[in-house]
Amino acid sequence: MTDTQPWADEIFDVLKQINVRQVAYVPDAGHIRLIERSKNDPTLNTIALTTEEEGIGIIAGAWLGGERGVLLMQSSGVGNCINMLSMIQECRFPFLTLVTMRGQWGEFNPWQVPMGQGTKRVLESMGVIVRPVDTADRLAETVDAAARLAFDAYRAVAVLISQRIIGFKNWGDDQP
Amino acid sequence: MTSRKDITLDRRAVVARILRDRGDALLLTGLGSTTWDVAAAGDHVNNFYLWGAMGGAAMVGLGLALAQPQRRVLVITGDGEQLMGLGGIATVAVQRPSNLSLIVIDNESYGETGMQDTHTKHGVDLAGVAAAAGFAYSATVYNDDELEAVIPVICQQTGPIFTAVKVTATPVTTVLPPRDGTYLKNRFRQSLLGSKATE
Ligand SMILES: Cc1ncc(C[n+]2csc(CCOP(=O)(O)OP(=O)(O)O)c2C)c(N)n1
Ligand SMILES: [Mg+2]
Repeated sequence: MTDTQPWADEIFDVLKQINVRQVAYVPDAGHIRLIERSKNDPTLNTIALTTEEEGIGIIAGAWLGGERGVLLMQSSGVGNCINMLSMIQECRFPFLTLVTMRGQWGEFNPWQVPMGQGTKRVLESMGVIVRPVDTADRLAETVDAAARLAFDAYRAVAVLISQRIIGFKNWGDDQP
Repeated sequence: MTSRKDITLDRRAVVARILRDRGDALLLTGLGSTTWDVAAAGDHVNNFYLWGAMGGAAMVGLGLALAQPQRRVLVITGDGEQLMGLGGIATVAVQRPSNLSLIVIDNESYGETGMQDTHTKHGVDLAGVAAAAGFAYSATVYNDDELEAVIPVICQQTGPIFTAVKVTATPVTTVLPPRDGTYLKNRFRQSLLGSKATE
């Protein structure tokens, strides 16, 4: 799976370039490569979470302390963040999240569909600017533009990485 | 002779006493009563108050502690607030920030919403949770002597430090600090980062 995520290396380079220092995540298969790259970089604090909303607080705290953070999660995790996003909006904290989509393109697991279909609307309803990306070649530039909007223009921005880019889950070999 | 379970400490006095020794520590509060307690002790540019985001105070503390490893970071929050972010205790323990102290002002109730019981009233031991998660230090404080002994730990000892202070469930007057989130954020960053705050 990791060799099939060359776009993740490009995103990682962008995150380094814009000086992200804290990477908070709940694992998703679509983020395997990015999490691995982040953990292997001793200049980054890579923070495993028990639930995605913890990442919102961490990123707010990082900004209070003068650092930039990013939250990596899958679309179902967006649902866990809703109330915590109040703090981002009320305080106008810069916020960047990279969301790997489920329940969207060729999904097999019906339980992923409700939140996957609701992801964009949920984020937008909480004041987050949403940038969906469908092709791998547009990913790095979208993350770069989203990061500028977040950290230079003090906005909350989510990049939604389409299931089309990540690929279908192989249900013959692995499980949910 | 008071038994270990007798709760006599007054939350306002406890918070004021801890903050007397804060030095240049950065301080975050959880929503509700702990914010009023800290405001009653005196507003400060190194304070950032959460007026919402219930369950998130310790996490804001973690991000700040990682970003500012040379500065002490204190989080003063309520038992209800911390119970909503119980997983965050595990997340802090795994990160092991040596400069972070979590202080739970534990009145065994949701004071702000009408003094309903929290789980700590029914035996849930937050300090036990923190110890089991792997905090460097964890204790529950019941009286003034224990409070005096734990304050140097809170303010100086290698963390992460967890302290639950058992306080009476007496309603307290509401003392309001500034509440505009953007103002609080910018004030805090200006004081901490100087000209870098507006880069
Ligand atoms: C997500 C969410 N649920 C519920 C509330 C309502 N609420 C506000 S303060 C509070 C109680 C806080 O209790 P605790 O942290 O123990 O503080 P205390 O007032 O007892 O010091 C609750 C439940 C809220 N603000 N947000
Ligand atoms: Mg309480």
